[in-house]
Amino acid sequence: MTIQVPPVGFVSAGTLEEAARLVSDPAERAVLIAGGTDLVPKLKRRQTAPITLVSLADIEAMHGIAITDDGSCVIGALTTLAEIADSSDVPPVLATAASTVASPQIRNSATIGGNLCVDTRCNYIDMPLTWRQARGHCLKDGGDTCWVAPASNRCWAISSTDLAPVAIALNATVRLVSSRGERVVPAEVLYRSDGIDYLTKTPDEILVDITIPAHTTRNSFQKLRRRGSIDFALLSVACAVDLDTEGTCTSARIVVGGIASAPVSATDAETFLAGKQLTPEVIEEASEIASKPVRAQDNTDTGQRYRKWMISVHVAKALNEAAAERA
Amino acid sequence: MHAVGTAGPRIDGMEQTTGRTKYTDDMTLPGMLTGRLARSTEAHARIVSIDTSAAEALDGVEAVLVGTDLPITYGILPVSQDETALAVGKVRHVGEPVAAVAAVDAATAERAVDLIKVVYEPLDTIASIDEALETDHDLIHGEGVGQNVHRTAALEFGDVDEGLASADHVREDVFYFAGNTHAALELHAALATAEPGGRVTLWSSTQVPHYVHRTLAKVLEMPAGQIRVIAAPVGGGFGGKTDPFSHEIVAAKLAMVTGRPVKFTLTREEVFYAHRGRHPVLMWVKTGFDTEGRITACHFKTFLEGGAFGSYGAASLYYTGALQTSTYQIPNYRFEGVRVFTNKPPCGPKRGHGTPQPRFALECQLDKAAEDLGLDPVAIRLINAVEPNSMTVNHLRITSCALTECIERAAEVSDFKEKFESLPTGKGVGIAVGAYMCGAGLPIYFNDMPQSEVQIKVDRGGGVTVFSMATDIGQGSTTMLATVVAEVLGLEPSDIAMVTADTDLTPVDLGSYSSRVTFMGGNAALQAGIAVKDRVFGAVADKLGAPVESLVAQNGRIEDAEEPDTGVTWAEAVALAIASGGPLIESGSYKAPKLAGLYKGAGVGISPAYSYSVAVVEVDCNPDTGIVNVEKVWLAHDIGQSINPLLVEGQIEGGVYMGLGEALFEADDFRGALHRGPSLLDYKMPTSLDMPPVESIIVDSHDPEGPFGAKEVGQGPLLPVIPAVANAIWNALGIRMDQTPFTPDKIVAALRDVARGKPGRIGPKEVPAFEFPPLIMVEPPEGFPTGRTHTGAGVS
Repeated sequence: MTIQVPPVGFVSAGTLEEAARLVSDPAERAVLIAGGTDLVPKLKRRQTAPITLVSLADIEAMHGIAITDDGSCVIGALTTLAEIADSSDVPPVLATAASTVASPQIRNSATIGGNLCVDTRCNYIDMPLTWRQARGHCLKDGGDTCWVAPASNRCWAISSTDLAPVAIALNATVRLVSSRGERVVPAEVLYRSDGIDYLTKTPDEILVDITIPAHTTRNSFQKLRRRGSIDFALLSVACAVDLDTEGTCTSARIVVGGIASAPVSATDAETFLAGKQLTPEVIEEASEIASKPVRAQDNTDTGQRYRKWMISVHVAKALNEAAAERA
Repeated sequence: MHAVGTAGPRIDGMEQTTGRTKYTDDMTLPGMLTGRLARSTEAHARIVSIDTSAAEALDGVEAVLVGTDLPITYGILPVSQDETALAVGKVRHVGEPVAAVAAVDAATAERAVDLIKVVYEPLDTIASIDEALETDHDLIHGEGVGQNVHRTAALEFGDVDEGLASADHVREDVFYFAGNTHAALELHAALATAEPGGRVTLWSSTQVPHYVHRTLAKVLEMPAGQIRVIAAPVGGGFGGKTDPFSHEIVAAKLAMVTGRPVKFTLTREEVFYAHRGRHPVLMWVKTGFDTEGRITACHFKTFLEGGAFGSYGAASLYYTGALQTSTYQIPNYRFEGVRVFTNKPPCGPKRGHGTPQPRFALECQLDKAAEDLGLDPVAIRLINAVEPNSMTVNHLRITSCALTECIERAAEVSDFKEKFESLPTGKGVGIAVGAYMCGAGLPIYFNDMPQSEVQIKVDRGGGVTVFSMATDIGQGSTTMLATVVAEVLGLEPSDIAMVTADTDLTPVDLGSYSSRVTFMGGNAALQAGIAVKDRVFGAVADKLGAPVESLVAQNGRIEDAEEPDTGVTWAEAVALAIASGGPLIESGSYKAPKLAGLYKGAGVGISPAYSYSVAVVEVDCNPDTGIVNVEKVWLAHDIGQSINPLLVEGQIEGGVYMGLGEALFEADDFRGALHRGPSLLDYKMPTSLDMPPVESIIVDSHDPEGPFGAKEVGQGPLLPVIPAVANAIWNALGIRMDQTPFTPDKIVAALRDVARGKPGRIGPKEVPAFEFPPLIMVEPPEGFPTGRTHTGAGVS
């Protein structure tokens, strides 16, 4: 049968200020909801039990895509992934990433704000209730052990946002608003490598929009998944490289998603690439460097060994595609 | 023929595609309660206590049941009566039903389930074939069974040692076929009512209303006549709705206890626990060949992981050994098999029931042997192919058989030989064959009654109603029956009203399993149709003064074949028949001829006919990511005769889809005894984007006993797809996938092994040293291997 959503209050905020006020009251145990494509299944599986859902859907100001005078692209958090995938105003690499998320139906509802803030995933918690009772509740699920790495004292759930690696590679910033004020932080700073406490955004802060500065880089997004649709990334790679007129790399950003509790910047590989021509040999070496520090866990589909192997394959693929792109 | 052989829509297609069809979960009755099952969170444990008091006290809860309320054991096979509707004394797998509630709504039922407190005393868990064979304590089914062995089989036909000794080339290979599940779109559901007088009615998404009927009578201790079972339209079965299930029995009992209708619809998670899907099978195969590739002998060992209950397992075990001989002339054959219990959801029949696993092993081994012997994969199959009207060494009677033609046409249309030789690295083609039964030769419980009965009632206005318990699970059996009757009576399939799958209204058909309905139900419908036609023709002949032999039924009229203007409309003809002979109600039935060889296990594999399928698969593999992209599948199928070619193609495409899923994506993986992901996100069925084009090649062999010559298509086309993918991967990359599914991590691992100078093979290395029982030695059939056989019974 259709699993029921347990009883929960629902308030649709008319303005950002109202939403910020509603979500600031700790007694309400309020949770923000936008497209609901990630949250509603979690409610049904009883992974979370808020008292109130505060819907952002009616806040008109949080919708839409705008280009500012300096060429930056500002995307309201409620803009759907389908809108972004179809947009010619956003960087093509972001549209590509958005078009690979889940399925057409989900992209029609899911938002960029929801994707950037999407909960970390793990196949010990994103499971039905009977299963979790049989296995024993994990650390993220109110238990005291992370079943992925029982000896560790943290949660190893995986960051599964496809848009965050792109946002980080393109030096995007996000604007966070709360009843206490407003701050703008680099996308990279939004994330923390902890499966439970995976965002530096506080629960009362609302991600209002994302700004992608005008860029000159050549970009690529690569996603590995089992099936042609639906699946979360086993691995995603976003890269942005700047080449001078001689074809020498002046700067590179390489960000790997879907492999750790936060997007991973391959800083050693980025440093390695600076000042080099993107020859096949250089790309191969950079991709090996990128995969070195990353440790995959056994908490998603396919083994950790394979996902580790695939990092260099996809970094190389991304760099090759970026190098071939016309800036 | 005007109706048979004509491609057309299903007669119920419009309702289904416009959302009007009422599946069980769509039904609502006044005062209906929602049922929910409390399921075990332990894989193996003694039940110390169950406290239902808090659940019973909850407002809105009408009844709570526990195992002792329904203590009578049942099981689909008479030899495996090892289930209870709710666990009694112990639990054997996570998800086993322990208690049941009926409440005013789903939320209350859910809360009540949360309030049921079960105290368990855990037992050691058995989670693999090895563990099952090694463990001698905490046996899953109690004392006296010996280890956790459920069933064994050991048979030899001819002289395998001599056959292997005389071979020029002998191969020994080990394979593993992962367990997987049906994942029908419709979740299992059941709705029961009990009348004050005591009669119980159950609607269920079942493939086997007759067997559910028998089980309810047994467990509820009621006369069968007081129970009515109706199979509501079924949204996919694939073998997953072929057992009697806990929720069906519990729904009926709760309706009796509360006096109100009770409906259960399982969640997707629960369906994974109810399961009855493909057995994981470990296989060891030793086969001898002469220099031209002819098989001289084959020794096949299978180890089946059965999960927690018997289900169809005793039959599944024999099926892993029965049909190897149905495609290839194997002069000497030995089969040893064992099925063990483990603390996992019970395995049972999934499309192909017990035969896709050995088919995978056999077809992959044949491919390797061809490579060893310098033969091409087509040639080695052609030289061994069975011939029509022959007997196999294990006493299967082969009648119509277009295997050779299927191989030749699939290879030709796909340009197999050219591609096999010349495709660049990364691309490849593979071929494999398969065969399947057109209905199990024997019913599940021993009896001498027909396996299918059909009744036809004709209204005074000419309306024809066909009554049959055959259950349409999406395969189109209702349309098939209507088409057969329409053909005989000169009407259109859409003229026929169908009443199906209702134990009060329809005569017995054993159910939609073992690909039996077209052959058996179709023959019963044909016989019933002929009986109606004979009466109508007799009356019309009298009226027209024309001989019966000169009459034909066509275009909605009964006419003189020579002078079509002389005749009457169908309605007039019916009135004449009723006037002269009373109510126009006739029936027909089908019982398979006696085919079983005289040895234990001989009842499995026999069938009045066999379909043949050949698949060619073309792949494009990415050696970096290991992702196998299937570019195209050609599937040649010996259907005998298409009743409706559109439905035949639908079944072929569905079989290819399911086969590709099992080959490349799907597996029931476990962490210990706990399913790794009982959801459709984690269980990777292919999406529409993963599905290649399929070219169906329909081959007609006109079976002498099938209705209008027809054979099955529901299961056969899946069989060759899986090994054909493995063989194509070999052709593309030079690596052997001896273990399903062929996931990208396995492909990359094998390629990395090759790069390091190791053999590029993924698969098990050995099988357990299990002592099988002494072989039962069976003489090959008289005159074997050249023995020809007469065709047996059936309908004239």
